[in-house]
Amino acid sequence: DSVKDSRRRSRATESSWPGRQGNQYTIRGVGGDEDDGTEIGEGGDEWMHGKTLIKPPDQLDLTEAELKEEFTRILTANNPHAPQNIVRYSFKERSYKPISSVDQLAVHFFLEGNLLHRDSDEARRQKAKQGLPDEKATVVTETEDEKLETPAAGGEEAGDVEEGGGEDGEQKLTNQFNFSERASQTLNNPLRERGCQTEPPPRASFSATANQWEIYDVYLEEMQKQEKNKEKAKAVPKKEDDKGKKKLTLSDDLTKVAKVAKIIERMVNQNTFDDIAQDFRYFEDASDEFREQEGTLLPLWKFQYDQAKRLSVTALCWNQSYKDLFAVGLGSYDFTKQGRGMLVFYSLKNSTYPEYNYPTTSGILCLDIHPDRPYLVAVGFYDGCVAVYNLKEERPEPVYKSSSKSGKHTDPVWQVRWQKDDMDNHQNFFSVSSDGRVVSWTLVKSELVFTDIIKLSLVGAVSEGPEACGTSFDFHKQINYLFLVGTEEGKIHKCSKAYSSQFLETYDAHNMAVDAVKWNQFHPKVFISCSSDWTVKIWDHTIRTPVFIFDLNAAVGDVAWSPYSSTVFAAVTADGKVHVFDLGINKYEAICQQPVVAKKKTKLTHIEFNPVYPIIIVGDDRGYVTSLKLSPNLRSKPKEKKGQELPRGPEVEIAKMEKLLSLLREPENSKA
Amino acid sequence: QAEVEETLKRIQTHKGVIGTIVVNAEGIPIRTTLDNSTTVQYAGLLHQLTMKARSTVRDIDPQNDLTFLRIRSKKHEIMVAPDKEYMLIVIQNPSE
Repeated sequence: DSVKDSRRRSRATESSWPGRQGNQYTIRGVGGDEDDGTEIGEGGDEWMHGKTLIKPPDQLDLTEAELKEEFTRILTANNPHAPQNIVRYSFKERSYKPISSVDQLAVHFFLEGNLLHRDSDEARRQKAKQGLPDEKATVVTETEDEKLETPAAGGEEAGDVEEGGGEDGEQKLTNQFNFSERASQTLNNPLRERGCQTEPPPRASFSATANQWEIYDVYLEEMQKQEKNKEKAKAVPKKEDDKGKKKLTLSDDLTKVAKVAKIIERMVNQNTFDDIAQDFRYFEDASDEFREQEGTLLPLWKFQYDQAKRLSVTALCWNQSYKDLFAVGLGSYDFTKQGRGMLVFYSLKNSTYPEYNYPTTSGILCLDIHPDRPYLVAVGFYDGCVAVYNLKEERPEPVYKSSSKSGKHTDPVWQVRWQKDDMDNHQNFFSVSSDGRVVSWTLVKSELVFTDIIKLSLVGAVSEGPEACGTSFDFHKQINYLFLVGTEEGKIHKCSKAYSSQFLETYDAHNMAVDAVKWNQFHPKVFISCSSDWTVKIWDHTIRTPVFIFDLNAAVGDVAWSPYSSTVFAAVTADGKVHVFDLGINKYEAICQQPVVAKKKTKLTHIEFNPVYPIIIVGDDRGYVTSLKLSPNLRSKPKEKKGQELPRGPEVEIAKMEKLLSLLREPENSKA
Repeated sequence: QAEVEETLKRIQTHKGVIGTIVVNAEGIPIRTTLDNSTTVQYAGLLHQLTMKARSTVRDIDPQNDLTFLRIRSKKHEIMVAPDKEYMLIVIQNPSE
């Protein structure tokens, strides 16, 4: 019944660590197998029971054998509160594993103290702070004292202390929790390099400048594109045109150089004929100041074309819009030598090669450039045809041509003149021919429509007698319907467009054919005529006899009024001379008579004044055209009286002429 | 196109003309009557100069454009006529 030290294991009640054996006290329990809880309780009761043998009322009733049974109780040092079955995940075996040893320590009381071991780092640091020297430090300072001689004792100590502290400070600073270094080497995976190469993207270098004009160009292009789009929206798009355009851009290389080549050619010519160009512009004959009544002609460029060598110049005409462009008609006056002809256009800027040239089958006899449309040229041929050329077009044929069906003349056409557009806005021109007809041609769409205006006849009234041959005509500058016709018989008829049956007037002008008849540019009444009978006559159309007669000693080929003065005119003769007259200066003689061609046998056939520049062009029967500059005396303007403004304008010219005429009329009146 | 050929031929045979070069927009000579090295030299240098001159003219007034360029030196005269796509260079001795 008392507590006995007998070792008897009744049951393994708790799992015990291998190797760990706690003191096992077995308490013999009176009774049979019981649970632990009840065992302890029972043990207590049993002890009390052994002394007094008082039986509590709730005591279990057990048999004697059961009461003598011994129960083993084990007392271990294991913490009953410690968990007994801690399980941890093991990554190696990838499963949960129970931990074999569990911490059995149970802390009942914990108190942090403030005592440091004197050799620990913290303690040393504190000592250093406080300035108490270490055992080691004292030894060092003593040695240093012996070494140093000069510093004072106090200073030495202080210095030593600092040095000692410094030595302490030189030690590695670690953390306050007993720092320990630990390093490990990981497995380094071997490095592999891997690369791949791609094709580089296509590159193109681009550079540009951004100037003001480039921006302007871009804007212009945009605008043009927009306009084109608008037009395309209106019109039906044509695919064929696009293809055509593509072909053009591929095939040609050089046609785009055309414009540039032209410019260069002109430049080269300008260089070669530099002195002529300078003369043309600037030269004024100074000797004219000493010769009051005379003037000179300065030769400038000479125009000739290889293929036109045997032809003679039969017509000359300046272009009204492009002042440096003139047309030359080439053919032959010789009845026996009729062959081909040529229409050639020259510019003053290039005297070596024509700007345009059109070969023709028959010789040209006359031409006229439309005053408003400078690209239209009317041409009259020796075989009686008339044709109209359009300079804008590339082809060498005329745009319109009359044929025997459409009323062409039966004899050579001696003169053509453009008229103002008729009421239907069609261009029309007149032609006069040796067959006696004055015909008006109208350009209707693609045809020439002709209208006979008047038929000339030998005797005064029309439709009587054989037909006369017209050799020249001219329209009045201001009065549109009035025109003059010169005939081969030497008569000049004044006619009107309105009256086709009758002449307004007839003048017995010359003994031979009238080569040229021209109205004065300013005075509305005056006209001039010239003939192969060596004379040049000036008329007032109200008077039947000429006002002035000039005998030039050779057949006069052509006569022309000057565009700047009403009293100046020029005539060319068959002996190669140019005669310039100024009636304001000298009423009887020419103020200039000058041969202009080298060989005396060449006849001069035509002359024209340039409307703007002070030059004249003269054509001869060898196919050459010579340009000459008029000296200042030939271009004189009326002198101003002192104090008065210089009068300008056509009225002055008219007045000048009128004065001349009145002078002549007075003596006539006085005679009459 | 034959007309252009003819014009160029006339220029080449004109009095005093030493040589002609046709250069395209990038400055590469297309046609020339001079030897290769001279051509290349002329083309390269004049192309740059023309571009510069044109740039100057247009900077002042964008609506304006360069028509031609003349360089007169002691020995001869170089004339350049630029175009949108091509450029023509002519070297002439004007005093001959």
